[in-house]
Formats: sequence, C-alpha cells, structure tokens
Amino acid sequence: MGKTFAEKILALKSGKDSVVAGEIVTVSPDIVMSHDNSAAIAKKFKQIGINKVKYPEKIVIPLDHCVPAATEKYAANHKEIREFVQEQKIKNFYDINSGVCHQVLPEKGHILPGTLVLGADSHTTTYGAFGTFAAGIGRSEVASIWATDEIWLRVPETIKINIEGEIPPGIYPKDIILYIIGDLGADGALYKAVEFSGKVVKNMDMGGRMTLCNMTVEMGAKIGYVEPDKKTIQWLTPRTNKKYEIIKSDLNAEFEKIIDYDISKLEPQIACPHTVDKVKPVSEVTGTKINQALIGTCTNGRIEDLKITSEILGDKKISDRVRLLIFPASMEVFAQAMELGILQKLVKSGAVIMNPGCGPCLGAHEGALAPGEVCLSTANRNFKGRMGCKEAEIYLASPATVAISSLYGEITDVRRYLK
Amino acid sequence: MSLKGKVWKYGDDVNTDVIFPGKYTYTITDPQEMVLHALEDLDPKFAKEVKKGDIIVAGRNFGCGSSREQAATCLKYAGVGAIVAKSFSRIFFRNAINQGLPLVQCKEAVENISLGEIITIDFEKGKLLVKKRIYDFPPLPESVLGILNDGGLIPHIRKILKIDRPVCVRTAQAEESKDD
Repeated sequence: MGKTFAEKILALKSGKDSVVAGEIVTVSPDIVMSHDNSAAIAKKFKQIGINKVKYPEKIVIPLDHCVPAATEKYAANHKEIREFVQEQKIKNFYDINSGVCHQVLPEKGHILPGTLVLGADSHTTTYGAFGTFAAGIGRSEVASIWATDEIWLRVPETIKINIEGEIPPGIYPKDIILYIIGDLGADGALYKAVEFSGKVVKNMDMGGRMTLCNMTVEMGAKIGYVEPDKKTIQWLTPRTNKKYEIIKSDLNAEFEKIIDYDISKLEPQIACPHTVDKVKPVSEVTGTKINQALIGTCTNGRIEDLKITSEILGDKKISDRVRLLIFPASMEVFAQAMELGILQKLVKSGAVIMNPGCGPCLGAHEGALAPGEVCLSTANRNFKGRMGCKEAEIYLASPATVAISSLYGEITDVRRYLK
Repeated sequence: MSLKGKVWKYGDDVNTDVIFPGKYTYTITDPQEMVLHALEDLDPKFAKEVKKGDIIVAGRNFGCGSSREQAATCLKYAGVGAIVAKSFSRIFFRNAINQGLPLVQCKEAVENISLGEIITIDFEKGKLLVKKRIYDFPPLPESVLGILNDGGLIPHIRKILKIDRPVCVRTAQAEESKDD
C-alpha cells in the first residue's frame, strides 16, 4: 500500500522511515508563525524559564489582526512584539504595512512545497495550497516550539475530494468550498487531512486553491492540501531561491474516503447565520437586505478577487443603503490593484478602500456591526458575535456575490449580472 | 486519578466565540477574570454557578473555530474538572490538554447524561460511570497524558528541560490580542 502526503511528510519531519495514520510523532517544523498574539506567546515562552529562542530563523511574525493599532492597549501589544523581535534577533518580522499572515508568508517566500508549517492561527491551513503541511496550533505550543523546536502531532487520515465538471458562469472557488462545507458539516473532516484534486482544482489559480485550503478548518480539518504543479512553481519562482522537494500522495495511497463532486450545475452559495455549514443556494436567500458588504480577509482578499469585484461593479454606484469595505489581503495585492487601476474604479463606485489586514473579520475594528445589522462578507466565519455584535447577522459568499449585492442593497444572484 | 462531578450539558458545535467572547480578549488578561465570562453567550448561568470539579458534557465538535487558547483557559480556571464530548475540535483539544484540562471522548455516554446529574470519571482505567452504567473510553496516548499530568504544556516543558528556577515575567499587555 502506498502512502498519503500527510504520512510521507510527517515521516520525513519526525526522522522515521515510515509512519501510518493514527500514529503520534514528534516533529520539528520548518516555520512557526504567530501574529499579534506574539506578545502573549512571548510571555508564555519566558514562563518556561529560558531566554533565547532556539531557532530565530524559523520564526515568522507578521502583525495583521488589529493594524494600525486601534487603541492604546493594542499599540502597547505591538510595541512589545517589536521589542521581542529585536531582542531575539527574529529577522522575519512584518510590521503593520504588510498584510494578513496567510497572504504575506507565501508572498515573502516562507511557504514551500514539502515543508511543515505551524501557526498560532486556525486558518494556517491556507498554506496547504502550496503542497505544504500547515496546521493551526495554540499559543503555549508556539512558545514551546520556540524553546525546544519540537511538537507532537497525530498523523491524520486523509479524505480525498475530487472536484470535477465545468465551472458554471458566476461560480467561484468560494462557492465550491462553501458547498462542500455545507455538505460535509462543521465536523465533516474533523482531525483529517483534506486533499483536493480533480480537473477543477488543476485548472484553478493559486488564489482559488488558497481559498479552498483556508476554509478546510471550517469543516474541522487539520490541513488542506493541493498537489503542487506548474502553476505552483510559477507562482513561487519569483518569490524564493530556496530549494524544495514536492511531496505527493502515492497513486495507491490509502485514503479514508474519496468524495466526488461534480460542480457543473452549482448555484452561487451562501453561508447563513450563525454557522459556516448552514449553506444555502443563493436562490433561497435572494432579497435579504444588507447594511455592510465586506470584500477581503485571508479567504478572499487577493488580486483575483479584486479584479472580479471591479469587473462586476464597473462604473456603477453601490446602493446608498450599503457600506462597501475593501481590504486587500496584503500590500503587494494593494499595490497591484492600484497599478491596474482597480482601486480608483472601486472608489468611484462608492467603496471604502481599507489598509491590508484582518479588518473587522474578527470584530476588532474597522467596520464592526451594530445590533440588527446584516453583513455580507467574503470572510470565513459567521459565528454569533464574530464581527463585534451578537445581535448582528453575517452571511458569507464569494467576492462576486458580495459585489453584485452591494449594488442592489440585498443578497443578489450574480448570474443576473452575467445575463 | 478519578473525578466525581456535576454535569453542565450542551449541544453540538459549541464554538470558541461563545466559550470566550472575542470582545474580552482586548481587555481581560487575568485568567480569574476570564472565568466571569466563560460560556457567556451560550449559558449566562454557567459562570455564576459553576463549582470546582463540575463536568461539561457536550455533543460533537466541542471548541470549534478560533485557535484562541483563552477558551480552554477560562474553563480550566472556572474549576471545570473535565469535558466529556462526542468529539472535540482539534485545536481546542490541544489547548485544553496544554492547560491541564482533561478531555474525555465518549459518544455513547453523552446521550445518556443529563444536566445536573453526578457522573464519575476514572481517567487511568478509561471508565465513565453514568446512572450505574459503565462506559469505556480510550485513554489518552501516553505522550499526551504526560502533558496533562504535569499540569499543562509549559510546566511539562520546564520539567523536560530540567528548569527549576522560578520565573519572573512582566505582565504588561501580553494578552491583548486575539487569535483566530
């Protein structure tokens, strides 16, 4: 019997010849990521009782969750992180002018195929789009990796998801992953590795693959994975000189399950309040009034997403009932959108262009909701209270659906634009 | 080690936002103060009435969502002796063990346990006593049990690295951020 990607990479990183799903191994990660929570992690690190991190070159810290600082407390938190980074000689530090961790790390060449990346953030799964084993962990664990360069991991079973068919007009990677989460449920892939394959994934750009892997955690998965190909290499080549080895599942690997989807007849999908797996086709929620439309975050703030948004808005004005907030996922995306003239067009349509970062996705700042308000967002979570108010409602959709809905002031089928 | 405690019963997919609301992660850094808001958006009675050694019993996917460790910290400091669930979200599972909070995965037992009843857990033997009926659950793997028995990951690492000296850490704003 062959081996899955997860089995192969965890054998490699634990220094064993071979491991099987279910086994617990001790591994040494290639990269460990933390963000605004790094000050809290530094405090835990010092509780261990040592003064120097073991491998500063493995640590990457971008500030993104509340940038620029919203309050004095946030400012003090950022200041503590900057001081820690200096003290520990951590070179891979990205200050508030960089963007969301899940976009910045790949852009800066820290994410490579066949490597093991752990991050103090649940959406660390995003990096799986590059053939990386990337999982979220807690703060104490990051502190202990800083100290020891080791962590235990259970080798996950793998669910293979084949996505086949022809993508219908108006359907995007976000619709596909929302549909899958709705189908499998919030714990449909609990503890599992999810490997995406099939024609649709092969034809998908890197941004789309990142969207798929980003949201695998919303069905409980440990990692998402897409087998690297020419597109992956092409994307990485200008960003890194480091050598990497592509690791793939064997053709005869033992998958726990293989699930096939044909998306040829898929409608645009919407996750309804207050869980990500409460997914409905747009036709069931069309006409729901919205107060705020948000395009951005680690799920959908890439250049591909902003291009679609601009294409749909064209030279039209958004509804005067709606606030449209745009958060490019990184400064690289921001600059590119500026060069392409996208930002100018979006501003003319009535959008507010925000700085790269997590924005209001987790209720910190820059667009929190009031009681009774409804937000249609391209983010990845819609839990009660998520955007700062438990009496508000959050719907999740693709950038295309959010863009068209901002024109009409209500949830709208994007295929209306295509007619 | 065994534990006898009163049950707080909840359903499926209890997420980290309702366990420890995000808004407090900006202002609350003291674990004792976190306790006052534990499970606030799910069960406002919990924080007021929870007693040391009480046991939370829940359905599938307990602790799903964010990686924020405070979700486990607030329950640990509230005195929760263990959580029994049909399944746990994986990051919450790790966070709880790393805080020294025992978890029991036992699908069959959950159905048979009601709010307010007294149940007994024998962690070493992997037995759960509910209404005179005994349920077996798989004990935690040895390496994971080691972390739990040392009182969590930080004391465990101190033990491994043979660090005895007390630690003095300035507190400042270290808990002022929210994980996601």
